[in-house]
Amino acid sequence: MEFIQTLLANELVVSILLSLLPLVFIIAYALVVLYTEMKVAAHIQDRVAYMRTGWHGLLQPIADMLKLLQKEDIIPDKADRLLFRLAPIIAFVGTYAAYAVLPFSSIYIGSNINLGAFFLVAVGSLVVVGILMAGWASNNKWSLFGGVRSAAQMISYEIPTAIAIIIVVMITGSLNLQDVTKFQDGGIGNWVVFGGPLPWLQKLMLMPFTIITFFILFVSSIAEVNRTPFDLPEAESELVQGFNTEYSGMRFAMFYLSEYANLFTVSAVGVALFLGGWSSPFGTFMSGPVWGLFWFVAKAYVFVLVQIWVRWTVPRLRVDQLMYVSWKVLTPWLFVCLLSVGLILVL
Amino acid sequence: MLQPPTLPTNYTVKQGHIKTSTGKTIRTEEMIINMGPQHPSTHGVLRLEIVVDGEIIVDCIPHIGYLHRCFEKHCEHMTNYQQVIPYADRMDYCSAMTNEWAFALATERMLKIEVPERVEYIRVIMAELQRIASHLIAVGTYGIDSGAFTPFLYTFIDREKILDLFEMTCGARLLYNYIWIGGLSHDLPPKFVEQAKDFVRYFRPRLKMLNDLLSYNEIFVKRTANVGVLPKDVAINYAVSGPQLRGSGVNWDLRRDDPYSIYHKLEWEPQVGKGEMGTVGDCWDRHIVRMHEMEQCLNIIEQAIAGLPEGNVQAAIPRRIRPEKDAEIYVRTESSRGELGFYIVSDGTASPFRVKARGPAFVNLSVLPEIAKGGMIADLVLIAGSIDIVLGEVDR
Amino acid sequence: MSAVGTYFYNIFRSLYTVVVGMKITINHLFTRSATVQYPTVKMKIPERARNRLYVNIDDCIGCDQCSMACPVDCITIDTIKSTPDVDLGLTSKNTKKRLYVPRFDIDIAKCCYCGLCVWPCPTDCIVMTDVYEFSEFDRKKLVYSFSNMTSEEIAGAQERLKKYDEEQTAKKAAAKAAAPITPPPPKPEPPAS
Repeated sequence: MEFIQTLLANELVVSILLSLLPLVFIIAYALVVLYTEMKVAAHIQDRVAYMRTGWHGLLQPIADMLKLLQKEDIIPDKADRLLFRLAPIIAFVGTYAAYAVLPFSSIYIGSNINLGAFFLVAVGSLVVVGILMAGWASNNKWSLFGGVRSAAQMISYEIPTAIAIIIVVMITGSLNLQDVTKFQDGGIGNWVVFGGPLPWLQKLMLMPFTIITFFILFVSSIAEVNRTPFDLPEAESELVQGFNTEYSGMRFAMFYLSEYANLFTVSAVGVALFLGGWSSPFGTFMSGPVWGLFWFVAKAYVFVLVQIWVRWTVPRLRVDQLMYVSWKVLTPWLFVCLLSVGLILVL
Repeated sequence: MLQPPTLPTNYTVKQGHIKTSTGKTIRTEEMIINMGPQHPSTHGVLRLEIVVDGEIIVDCIPHIGYLHRCFEKHCEHMTNYQQVIPYADRMDYCSAMTNEWAFALATERMLKIEVPERVEYIRVIMAELQRIASHLIAVGTYGIDSGAFTPFLYTFIDREKILDLFEMTCGARLLYNYIWIGGLSHDLPPKFVEQAKDFVRYFRPRLKMLNDLLSYNEIFVKRTANVGVLPKDVAINYAVSGPQLRGSGVNWDLRRDDPYSIYHKLEWEPQVGKGEMGTVGDCWDRHIVRMHEMEQCLNIIEQAIAGLPEGNVQAAIPRRIRPEKDAEIYVRTESSRGELGFYIVSDGTASPFRVKARGPAFVNLSVLPEIAKGGMIADLVLIAGSIDIVLGEVDR
Repeated sequence: MSAVGTYFYNIFRSLYTVVVGMKITINHLFTRSATVQYPTVKMKIPERARNRLYVNIDDCIGCDQCSMACPVDCITIDTIKSTPDVDLGLTSKNTKKRLYVPRFDIDIAKCCYCGLCVWPCPTDCIVMTDVYEFSEFDRKKLVYSFSNMTSEEIAGAQERLKKYDEEQTAKKAAAKAAAPITPPPPKPEPPAS
């Protein structure tokens, strides 16, 4: 990052370039994950997905994107035009802003602020606003249902996410995601999910709590992304696509893109906080700035695959059951973990 | 004149007030939503007009008739009774063999025709295979309604094998025109018995897999247990029949209680809901009754194949079907959805004077407003799915 | 079970059943898919398959049985009686043909593929083949005409029939004029009731 600064010697241009890098990554990654989801879903269901566009359907995501780009832009007559147009933009902005603090590699992080984790939680709420706007502005009772349900869901599930982040911060001592990753450098034993680089007695006592915390973070991140079993806002069987119903063409593509980008974000946050981010599990073997990028993306991708696997297996929860899971199961367990981790660290 | 049930045109939504803890009052209002004819989960073109208070359903009015094809009127203009069979097929298109059998049975009883033993056995095998196929659709689409997309694909792979069996026998996969008045159109092909036994062997472990994947999944149980509870007396009062009635704990199966054909010779048990995961008569009970029934169908098929006699399946087909003037008959059979009955009135000519089909899905659907009140919209989708309607039968 | 016990039991059960479900799906991920990649691979059709209709018009005797048996009235047949001086030939079952068939139309879009027309045919000339790929862009192309008589042949047949009928009526009139008037036979006595 520093050498690009010296190359161009103009801070504004450099910052714009560096902030556009994740956008390129998102677009490339979206094509890959579209293809993966389609193929994995198909083979789970004992069928093959697209086989005709390109060899085994490799060009299908590009075809999908082209199709969405050239569709007619329909806005319902009585819809609230300003909100209707703004909603996908705000949802995407909320997702994209989170990429600023993800430590992709040891030399690249969009913005090395000391409040990284806090910023993540704050910016994630923007997506809620976007979805609420979409639901209201569509002038469609079903979209309204989707938007309202989504707002309730995402707000409730931010609490377990925040508490899980606090637990990691307690262990590592910093909110800066780059520092958290550096803290876990040096092999698989140093990862926070296995207790972090602490004396072995503390590690042994911490391990059950960190594993539970990681699992709960994973579950609440599925809820943040609106995926089955928590995909009530866009429940295809009930609400005909939920808050997305009236959207078509590029606006729908923005929502779609922001959903997949969000998928990666929450997996990446889990990986950065618990699984060592860009550090290699073998210690010094296969580590370095470029390897760091590979490890980071690979680990996050594994969790994206697990989320896809869960999506195609499990039915979806009803709204009140969703709330029950968040408030009565995830949050109390996290408070117990918080207190225990605090006690163990103090002793 | 009878009016179809609708909300009155001057229906005003009820408004209310909620007092919050800070002392402010929030104004609330009910909402009238249309779960329209085109909807991914109303199982066809069914329109449900719902009045909701937030997410709780206050009232639900089904509107039907979007698939009415004048089946009963067509029957009056056929040249002979045999021509009605393709039309009866298309009533409940997911379970066509049972429709044909009901109509053929009604006409045979009216004309006092005795069909050969082999015909009875083959009809039972076909009807039970059809019952499995129909329940597979019901279970698969029920999974989609609740959000699990995968069991649907698995059930359809199994259904393909049943449809292959049917295609081998009569040439068609969905609408068969196989069970004729007085017999069958074709005899079984030579490979049928072997392939049917293969299917029975293949399907038993698949049932267990489906149960593991869907029926006993805790999320599915939490969605369907204690939801849409249909008490015993309400079910009997609304003339509900089939798996829905048995799910409410009533041990009533027309194959045993009003027996026709050779069902009294075979050993099988009607499955009754016991309220394992919640109350008796909830959606989970109806679902598990269907799953268990599929297993019983496998037993019946095995016994029927083992006892299959020889004979000519076309021996009793009459050359001319002309019942006496003013002969009328009502015959009921147990189709996949419940009591399917045909009431035929003849005027002495070669075509019937009046054919009335008592469709089980139509009667079962009438109980929907009663059991949906007080639940949420998410529950309404699952309740409508558990009733297992096919709009072809509701609207005819 | 106490409330606390139910709480923990529910959590355990949820996790356990979700894991069981995920095990099933991951197994299916690695099994062969059940898709048959039509149209590069086509499944074999059984021999009794009921698909598009075909009429061997040389065998058709114009009896109209298939048209009367059809429940949706998709077969339209016109016939012209042939005169005794014309030999229409034999069908494949060695029966004599006595009717011209100038029009034999099947509207395959109306056909419900029930197969009821196949059974009454005395010469087995209407059969259901195994062709199932016959979609068209234009609806009028779905009305199949099986007759192979040209319009001159049809006109000629109608001419001959008209002439023959006129000859027959003339002959009948001449025979009536020449024959003596005979009293009709007495009616039989009704039985004493």
